[in-house]
Amino acid sequence: MFKSLHKSQAAALTLMVLALLVLWYLGALWLNSDLLINGYERRNIDWSFSQLLADAYSMKRPLLPTPDQIAAELYKSIFDTKISSKRSLVYHTGITLSSTLLGFLMGAVLGIVLAIGIVHNRTLERSLMPWVITSQTIPILAIAPMIIVVLGALNFTGLVPKAIISMYLSFFPVTIGMVKGLRAPDKLHMELLATYSAKPGEFFWKLRWPTALPYLFASLKIAIAASLVGAIVAELPTGAQGGLGARLLSGSYYGQTVQIWAALVVAAVLGAVLVALVGMMERKINRRMGIAA
Amino acid sequence: MDMTVNTQPASSPERAKEEARKIIAIEDLSLVFETNDGPVNALSHIDLDIHAGDFVSFIGPSGCGKTTLLRVIADLERQTEGSIQVDGTSPEDARLNRLYGYVFQAPGLFPWRTIAGNCKVPLEIFGMSKEQQQRHVDKYLELVGLGDFHKKFPWQLSGGMQQRASIARALSFEPELLLMDEPFGALDEITRDHLNLELLKIWRETRKTVVFVTHSIPEAVLLSTHIVVMSPRPGRIAKIIKSPLPRERTLEDRESPEFIALAQEVREALANDHRIN
Ligand SMILES: Nc1ncnc2c1ncn2[C@@H]1O[C@H](COP(=O)(O)OP(=O)(O)OP(=O)(O)O)[C@@H](O)[C@H]1O
Ligand SMILES: [Mg+2]
Repeated sequence: MFKSLHKSQAAALTLMVLALLVLWYLGALWLNSDLLINGYERRNIDWSFSQLLADAYSMKRPLLPTPDQIAAELYKSIFDTKISSKRSLVYHTGITLSSTLLGFLMGAVLGIVLAIGIVHNRTLERSLMPWVITSQTIPILAIAPMIIVVLGALNFTGLVPKAIISMYLSFFPVTIGMVKGLRAPDKLHMELLATYSAKPGEFFWKLRWPTALPYLFASLKIAIAASLVGAIVAELPTGAQGGLGARLLSGSYYGQTVQIWAALVVAAVLGAVLVALVGMMERKINRRMGIAA
Repeated sequence: MDMTVNTQPASSPERAKEEARKIIAIEDLSLVFETNDGPVNALSHIDLDIHAGDFVSFIGPSGCGKTTLLRVIADLERQTEGSIQVDGTSPEDARLNRLYGYVFQAPGLFPWRTIAGNCKVPLEIFGMSKEQQQRHVDKYLELVGLGDFHKKFPWQLSGGMQQRASIARALSFEPELLLMDEPFGALDEITRDHLNLELLKIWRETRKTVVFVTHSIPEAVLLSTHIVVMSPRPGRIAKIIKSPLPRERTLEDRESPEFIALAQEVREALANDHRIN
């Protein structure tokens, strides 16, 4: 029963992927053919449909590259290029990953510290919370260049300014989640500790923190994805020499759509992997805390 | 506290002195909750003395202030008038001196800690050494019949076992006074009987003072040396009944004439009170 369900699910998934691929190839043909037909006409070439088909799927700079072109580019730039080379996607991924992780760590720490302050102090709550919320209504694209330039003037270049932008995006979900989590303990549990005359630190470590952990992990999953976005956005305006963002930017300068798509695919996969890693950490801690069976 | 029938070994002078000691002295105590729709007189002019070694039950209809009175003793609530002394000091100092263990109506175990880990919470807070913690936890989990469940998490235990674990947690730091708010209220009768006997055994063996809230007349009669009958609106003490039963009790005692007469007395006190209202 379960097996057949599994099978039918797998079949449905395969069908979906196939349908998407067919649509993609049709779309590539449709989008790229205009460009090609114009070219044929300009050069007065007689063209046939089969010619168009072959050309549409093998352009150097297509409007929409085909999945096989992207896959080929990925293979070339990941496996066939030396990792230290500027053409290696592994090299660029490494750069983006390091600022993502640094920004994520800083954002998580900042988010947790802010939440602790907000939960323990009413004045802090009233003075901080509006700023925390306002910070996220400012479009990151608008302030990212400013932050980079200002920090550059202060001789902060490279990893740190990018990480700060990642932090800017990632601290917010952590603060919001942790404020909720740190306030989640039962009244009964709070009173139990009160009967032991527990000190504030004991309330925190024995009750608030463990209660908040599930909220923390939910927030961290959002935060790490936001961190990646922050790192890529930070690489766009800086004319950075490396990173997936730089790869996207140079791809669009030179019309290298295949390169752009390859970088996008890597970014998407990287995001999924990072979120999955946080999920794994969560399951590990859940097991230790006896939550999962 | 003298008792008409006492099966305890001949009481030494020391023990007599111990028993005479007042653990809780409440005088003309009132408590008013200020709520959105006006003040609620939860407790009104309460006078009550509880001596070391007593097993005192609060019984009365819902909302008559049993929990509130227990919470005042535990310093979880402050009276608005009158005075209360716990072990010769304020409830706050008694709490700071770790005089009492409180058992809530729900087990209130931390789901992320094992049963042993839960029992260690107060011990950790009180700064007990690791070995000593282990010794205490072993002893009291054994005492409540959970010797084989140290490493289990709360959700792996039945409700009755969880409640026993919470009792072990309250006993683990060996407080002199046990405050228990309907600890067996949510349990079936068989489990309840069983836990009642265990509690009696613990009380006799450890010579603690117990203040116990219940809705059940048989439970109050089976366990108590003194039954405090309370009445609602405003919450006050209608009658304090001293039990003539010996300390050593069994479930079969519930068939005895003394038991039945005492239960009848409690029932009448509760009913009288209802007529007044
Ligand atoms: N925190 C509070 N704020 C306002 N009113 C309260 C509060 N706690 C209790 N009360 C009121 O005080 C009265 C006594 O409540 P209490 O919980 O002591 O009753 P109880 O005898 O324990 O009842 P039960 O048997 O249902 O547990 C009730 O009328 C209740 O509504
Ligand atoms: Mg109650």
